[in-house]
Amino acid sequence: MMGDIVNAVVWVLLIAGGFFMVTGSVGMVRLPDVFTRMHAAGMVDTMGAGLTLAGLCVYSLHDGTGLVAVRLVLVLAFLWFTSPIATHAVAKAALSGGTTPYTVRGAQAGAGKDARGGGAPDAARQAPADGERGVGDPS
Amino acid sequence: MNRAPWLWAILFALWLVLSWHFTPLFLFFGVVTCSIAVLVVTRMGILDRESLPLHLAWRAATYVPWLVWEIFKSNVRVARIILSPRIRVDPSIVHFRASQRTDLGRFIYANSITLTPGTVTTGIVGDDFEVHAIVQEEIDGSEENIMNRRVAQLEGEAE
Repeated sequence: MMGDIVNAVVWVLLIAGGFFMVTGSVGMVRLPDVFTRMHAAGMVDTMGAGLTLAGLCVYSLHDGTGLVAVRLVLVLAFLWFTSPIATHAVAKAALSGGTTPYTVRGAQAGAGKDARGGGAPDAARQAPADGERGVGDPS
Repeated sequence: MNRAPWLWAILFALWLVLSWHFTPLFLFFGVVTCSIAVLVVTRMGILDRESLPLHLAWRAATYVPWLVWEIFKSNVRVARIILSPRIRVDPSIVHFRASQRTDLGRFIYANSITLTPGTVTTGIVGDDFEVHAIVQEEIDGSEENIMNRRVAQLEGEAE
């Protein structure tokens, strides 16, 4: 009985974590430029990883000595300390590489397109730097 | 406060949790490794309030759960933006002044902003923060002010 409840909680947490990971990945494709995509990537390593690890924590607390749970919390702590620094480095690199952040007004002035994903990235970059192609860019 | 013993204790606790072997050989390796690490850090002279912020530990106990809740709320907001049939984003870069007094406080605030999806700190000069927001209203609202205040509280009385 107790095992069933724990299993249900674990499943809910793992599925919720998976949901945020998939949503973040969808965002990586749908959002218009590198800066907005960073926000989607942030979802993957905050809630996606967080809920998944929480699920594993609950599982190991029920099924083991709890030692694994402590280690998983450490994994999450290190992840949450380091991932904003990586995100910041990407943002800084994009800015100093001369990427113009996508804005609604810029997109409208550029090609008359709206803030839809897909076609919008080209409107966001009036003068794309050479090295900037390929940063999560599907086109 | 002498921080070296504290650092040694924290490192050794980490060693124990990660290894979980209590044979004399492994304990000996742990003692030697932690001692070398502490020795190097003290000789470099980088062991201070900033690198080992023990004074924040007990206030962090209330800040961290609050931050996790904020992260959850903004995750849901960004997920709704991404999953809506037509993506409505209004990204912009905003400048504002942060009220933290120490570099450590600014570092915590900047990282907290970046950790909450929807806002990323792209630069700090002095107390001027440059933040990219996926939806402009996100940053104009009171949310950032609350976080700003809470980090200033966490930081406490600067030396």
